[in-house]
Amino acid sequence: MYWAGGTEPMNWLKRPASDTQITHGQRLWLYVLAAIIMFLLVVPTLLVIPMSFSASQYLEFPPREWSLRWYETYFGSIAWMDATWTSLKAGLLTTLLATPLGTMAAYGLYVSQHKWSRLVFIFLITPIMIPVILIAIGAFYVYVQIKMVNSLAGLVVAHTILALPLVLIVVSSAFRSYDMNQEMAARSLGASRLTAFMAITLPQIRFSVITAALLSFLTSFDEVIVALFVSGGDNSTLTRNMFNALRDQIDPTIAAISTIMIAISSGLLLVAQLLGKPRE
Amino acid sequence: MSSVSLPANPNENLLRQHAAREKWVLLGLSAPALVLVLVVMVLPVGWLFYLSFIGSEGTFSMENYARMLESKSYGRIFVTTFKVSLLTTAICIAIGYPLAYFLSQLPSRAANICMLAVLLPFWTSLLVRTYAWLVLLQRKGLINNWGIEAGLWSEPLALVHNLTGTLIGMVHIMLPFLVLPLYSSMKAIDPDYLKAASNLGARPAQSFWQVFFPLSLPGLFAGSLIVFVLCLGFFVTPAVLGGGKVIMVSNQITNNIELFFNWGAASALGVVLLVVTLVILYVASKLLPLNNVLGGGH
Repeated sequence: MYWAGGTEPMNWLKRPASDTQITHGQRLWLYVLAAIIMFLLVVPTLLVIPMSFSASQYLEFPPREWSLRWYETYFGSIAWMDATWTSLKAGLLTTLLATPLGTMAAYGLYVSQHKWSRLVFIFLITPIMIPVILIAIGAFYVYVQIKMVNSLAGLVVAHTILALPLVLIVVSSAFRSYDMNQEMAARSLGASRLTAFMAITLPQIRFSVITAALLSFLTSFDEVIVALFVSGGDNSTLTRNMFNALRDQIDPTIAAISTIMIAISSGLLLVAQLLGKPRE
Repeated sequence: MSSVSLPANPNENLLRQHAAREKWVLLGLSAPALVLVLVVMVLPVGWLFYLSFIGSEGTFSMENYARMLESKSYGRIFVTTFKVSLLTTAICIAIGYPLAYFLSQLPSRAANICMLAVLLPFWTSLLVRTYAWLVLLQRKGLINNWGIEAGLWSEPLALVHNLTGTLIGMVHIMLPFLVLPLYSSMKAIDPDYLKAASNLGARPAQSFWQVFFPLSLPGLFAGSLIVFVLCLGFFVTPAVLGGGKVIMVSNQITNNIELFFNWGAASALGVVLLVVTLVILYVASKLLPLNNVLGGGH
């Protein structure tokens, strides 16, 4: 397969593009189409960033005058700051709960090769397959009975079951490409299963575990529907407040918050990408 | 570790028992996660199931389900939900297939870079992306301003607070869910098949449609299924970009609770949504090995 063509573009167009003798020229339409789709996937979201630095009440692009006023509004607002802390706390606690529980379950199900492993696996990933609204109103109904509505603990527990499937899927796939005999070797030399896992297995699957942890954080941090029902009062999340603000008006403060959230997601994606390919 | 060929070993039974016990202990490692999902998902959803059979009198009744069959507005909600989900899936296939194909043909370094275009939206908050589309598509939004300035149209187009806006937002959000499984199934196609086809005289289009495309179908089905099922439960995007005109099942459930405090009606809708989702997933899992796609295979 030739991608980097000759020095002259005309030559490149006539080169074979794949194993089927098709030339790059004949495929030009595909390249153009793919470029347009990739543009539409990335750019519309990013346009929020310059808009958030606009001085105007109205969202305009490009902004005629630049200012940080929407960031000042955000950082100066107690309600937005409280909501941000709630979201960060919920995200962190969800990560701390979902990552170990999911990794443990993935390990147990994979290593035991029990006849029930498959069934348990499918059961544990159902929370991402069934509509979130069911988990949201179900948790809300139960929390009302046990007076846990608007509590951070209730929010974290509900977010944890949404994050568990992702941890399970990511970590299980790491186990499948890992040679368990290494752990066997350690155990035959006298290490306990726990020591063997911690010293031999975990360091080698750590990149998947870190990816799973980042995904858990984002699952909770970005989640709207459960937060809409079970968070509130002092424990309103950032997304809950944003959603409510969106329904009423288009407040440019949301653009500033969106920019910060894009920065967080991109940062985490970058970390995952850099860690995901450690041996290149 | 079977020792069938060895002479009777007095330790054999003990070893087997030990191995069996260890299997259970290892399975037990999934117990905390299992308990959590049982308590936070199964128990509440079971409760909703029970509530859906309680009528306004507080006794057992099928009125919540009967209302769904009788009322025209409920019928419209189900039609909207299926229509939006089907359209989103179809547009995702039309856009996502060429993109996944393009990515699968790139050498790995270029593919990794272009893949970021799929991964970045995947990692960005759904609410942020929905908001961005709201800003772009509104009456005085970027797209209308540019279109009018460029003389493409003279009156602002109604691009948002309707079906169009909802579909644009949902396709943008769902596209990575189609492209990622499709891409990995395309990467798994042995390039030697295509070499063989062209060696045997197939034109490029022939080897694509007769060799590559059929081999990519399992990935396409799996991706489309994920998109369709996730669309059925959508809430945020229709609520924000639909502007009250696109009411899907999840939106109606919320309305029933927030506006009418009618738990019975909300639960019954939820049960129907759940059953439809599970039936689709079950039928699909019989038709294709879904666990390979979701990563559950051992």
